[in-house]
Amino acid sequence: MADYKWPPAEKRSLIGKSFTRVDGPVKSSGRAKYSYDINRPGMLYGKMVFSPYAHANVKSIDTKAAEKMPGVRAVLVMFEPGKEVLWAGQEIVALAAETEEQARDAARAVKVEYEVLPHLVSDVAPDKAGAEHSKAGSESKDGDPDGAMKSAEVTSEGTYGASVITHCCLEAHGQVAEWEGEKLTVWASSQNVTGIAGEFSKALNVPAANVETITQYMGGGFGSKFGADPWGPACAKLAKQAGRPVKMMLERDQELMEAGARPSIHARVKLGAKKDGTLVAWDSESWGTSGPQGGGNPPLPYVLRAANRRTKHTAVLTNIGPGRAWRAPNHPQCAVITMCALDDLAAAIPMDPLDFFIKNIELTGERSKVYHEELLGAAEMIEWKKKWHPRGAHNKGPIQRGLGLSIHTWGGGGHQSNCNCTIHPDGSVEVSLGSQDLGTGTRTIIALVAGETFGLPIPAITVNIGDSHYPPSGASGGSTTVGGVGSSTRRAATNALNELFAKVAPALNAKPEELEAVGGKVRVAADPSRAISWKEACAKLGATPITAAGQRSMDLISSGVGGAQMAEVSVDTETGVVRIEEIVAVQDCGLVLNLTTAQSQVFGALIMGVTYALFEEKLMDEQTGRCLNPDMEFYKLAGLADIGKFQVHMMTGPGYDERGLIGLGEPPVVSPGAAISNAVANAIGVRVPTIPITPAKVLAALESAPRAGRA
Amino acid sequence: MNDEHRHNPPGSPPDGQDPHETSPAGEGEAKGFSRRAFLKGAGVTVSAGVMVTEGLLGTGAASAQPAPGAIAGPGPVPITLKINGKPHSLQLEPRVTLLDALRDHLDITGAKKVCDRATCGACTVLLDGKAAYSCTVLAIEAQNYEITTIEGLAAEGELSPVSAAFVEHDAQQCGFCTPGFVVAVTAFLKQNPNPSYEQVTAGLGGNLCRCGTYMGVREAALDAAKRMAGRA
Repeated sequence: MADYKWPPAEKRSLIGKSFTRVDGPVKSSGRAKYSYDINRPGMLYGKMVFSPYAHANVKSIDTKAAEKMPGVRAVLVMFEPGKEVLWAGQEIVALAAETEEQARDAARAVKVEYEVLPHLVSDVAPDKAGAEHSKAGSESKDGDPDGAMKSAEVTSEGTYGASVITHCCLEAHGQVAEWEGEKLTVWASSQNVTGIAGEFSKALNVPAANVETITQYMGGGFGSKFGADPWGPACAKLAKQAGRPVKMMLERDQELMEAGARPSIHARVKLGAKKDGTLVAWDSESWGTSGPQGGGNPPLPYVLRAANRRTKHTAVLTNIGPGRAWRAPNHPQCAVITMCALDDLAAAIPMDPLDFFIKNIELTGERSKVYHEELLGAAEMIEWKKKWHPRGAHNKGPIQRGLGLSIHTWGGGGHQSNCNCTIHPDGSVEVSLGSQDLGTGTRTIIALVAGETFGLPIPAITVNIGDSHYPPSGASGGSTTVGGVGSSTRRAATNALNELFAKVAPALNAKPEELEAVGGKVRVAADPSRAISWKEACAKLGATPITAAGQRSMDLISSGVGGAQMAEVSVDTETGVVRIEEIVAVQDCGLVLNLTTAQSQVFGALIMGVTYALFEEKLMDEQTGRCLNPDMEFYKLAGLADIGKFQVHMMTGPGYDERGLIGLGEPPVVSPGAAISNAVANAIGVRVPTIPITPAKVLAALESAPRAGRA
Repeated sequence: MNDEHRHNPPGSPPDGQDPHETSPAGEGEAKGFSRRAFLKGAGVTVSAGVMVTEGLLGTGAASAQPAPGAIAGPGPVPITLKINGKPHSLQLEPRVTLLDALRDHLDITGAKKVCDRATCGACTVLLDGKAAYSCTVLAIEAQNYEITTIEGLAAEGELSPVSAAFVEHDAQQCGFCTPGFVVAVTAFLKQNPNPSYEQVTAGLGGNLCRCGTYMGVREAALDAAKRMAGRA
């Protein structure tokens, strides 16, 4: 009888090894059809008119001229006159026309009258923002922060922060909507293919059974694509009005203005320690903006928590577009604030930050041993002890090198997931569930888990995902997908296999519980010579396939991981340009299913980390209230030449594997900003207080400490 | 648009120089891009000129232009595009880009629309074998070129050596930038059959990825070069 629990190391045929992704060929040959690529017969193109003002009263909306423009087939007012728009980029009108060009022309013909109101688009502290733009967040006090600070032998104070950045998914948000009578099909670029079906049903007042949402391939989400969004139902309404399918994808400017923003977080931090490096006190006052709404409370101090601490947070309400969950929400910003403050404290002692972190490792809590091991591993990989030097210039000439480190955590767990697994009499196997592959390798690990269970190779498994008609599964967010789909697939496949064993047992003259499926055979575990091939075994099913269900199961998954990263940078103190020499990442994530895609996740996270550490910022113009860089020319992503050398080490084996599956999407993206900032401080001897660390900020920091950084 | 490196087609700097560093004046001419020809071609829309460089600005461009004084459009005009070896006749407004012609009018969707402003390279196609950003070439101007899209690099169900190397080295995650990268690498390797690591890093600076697949892309480009050399 096959067991649900993960096989021990010596019995694994696929788990933990390296496999190329199953959808690699269809993607790399350009044949994969993303939602943006869906073209339906008679399809129209939708465009939206959005507010050019950051804060305004919409007095009137006149679409008469637009309706008469060539090619226009449907017009929909999305905003109620008399109400206020709260950011530039907020949608006012949607329309659909025969061609994209005609739709764009028609959008320009829409007349909207605005009464412009005062706005705040600056990412400023509450005292500058004023009371009307400030909303109190959480406050906390543990131990005796004042007493501990007073008795501290060394203190350090600083202001640290991370600016607002966007998601900049390469596939813009949007969808194709098509009606057939009262039935609606939506091809959406979504991280939540099951969940958005319900949103469409509700928004359009259509029975849920009449809605099918499909996301076969999607070009990036990173936390910004959980909902149907205003443009989803609007697109469906346009399609209804026109009686034809409509494709409405956001244009790049709207994508960057409205469809994704990581909230900023800044903090004034004061820390106290003993001379031997023991951290005794933390005091922080933090703020940040998530646009017009409040935003959550940041997890400060992050990971390494002094016993005596006080925190206070204030949300700053601005007319920057609304925040969305951005890969490891709040963690990268809080890592910058905490790890940079700790690094400055170590420098004030003075102490090698590696020694400082290890000295205080118990303050990381229950995973302190893991962090300790990871820090030592990372230090070895980057040759920390050989390369590290106290802060400041160590070379003649303008180029200075430095090292920095950071640690991070994340939860994981598993999203809700239902899976159906079918064994066909011809031996083929299908796994169906309503989750989606964001590019993390979800299809591949589903096939891997089923293949492991059946003793079959990965290509023998057909994976059906990305459709709300498959058994419901949750949104892919918070690194919960691998846990959800991995455990539901394991259970469904095991249940199906046990049904197969029951059918096959008589032919092997054995009891079902004596059988196992290994290496393409069904055999008697105690006597492997008594075996039949998988195909022969399935032929015993006669005409009827087996379909068995499985659900997410907490005993196959876990949550709570740690990681350590170290960066080496070189900084040109004349130009302020920071270059990444190397980043090393050591990460634990429980039982690794596919080493290749796991490592790719970490590499990708490091690259995304370099990008937000050095380049990314949603720049807002205080005068006009508009975003200054809603394009990819000036909203900069790292290119191939910007990334440096990377090494990744996954913590696997005893102590890790038995925890089961834990997601890996978020954790490795948390530390790069802090590690790079600390490396820059180590190189030039002075802190660049906020990320992104642009050349201008490096030069300004050097200017503030003129003797630092000049050999 | 003033950066020198933007004048190089993606995926084909011949010398492996870091495209993020400004070339000294005149260097472009030595390497195949003529600054003078660019200026002479001022009558061609700047955006198209930026991307297609000597192809559109050289002799090929002349025959693609309407006769002097003739104005095409603004309504739809007949346009014939040779794509992956096959001619396609369309009625398009002259303002329609090659990318929109491919995606909206011919259902050839391998080239992706991302930045729509000649920055990210997701829309990369080959014009007479040279990489070009199809979002910034007008369809009407692309008429006299052999246009190759990612779909033209291998028959359906098969993989070109570059695509195969991308699979092998896991040089893709969401995959939205991947077709553009594959086409850019294909063009790059045509000009640099045996590139160094540094040349790959510099030469593929015209394509951007958000998931962070550059590690794999770099390996894939180097490996594809080896595969193609072995096959030849």
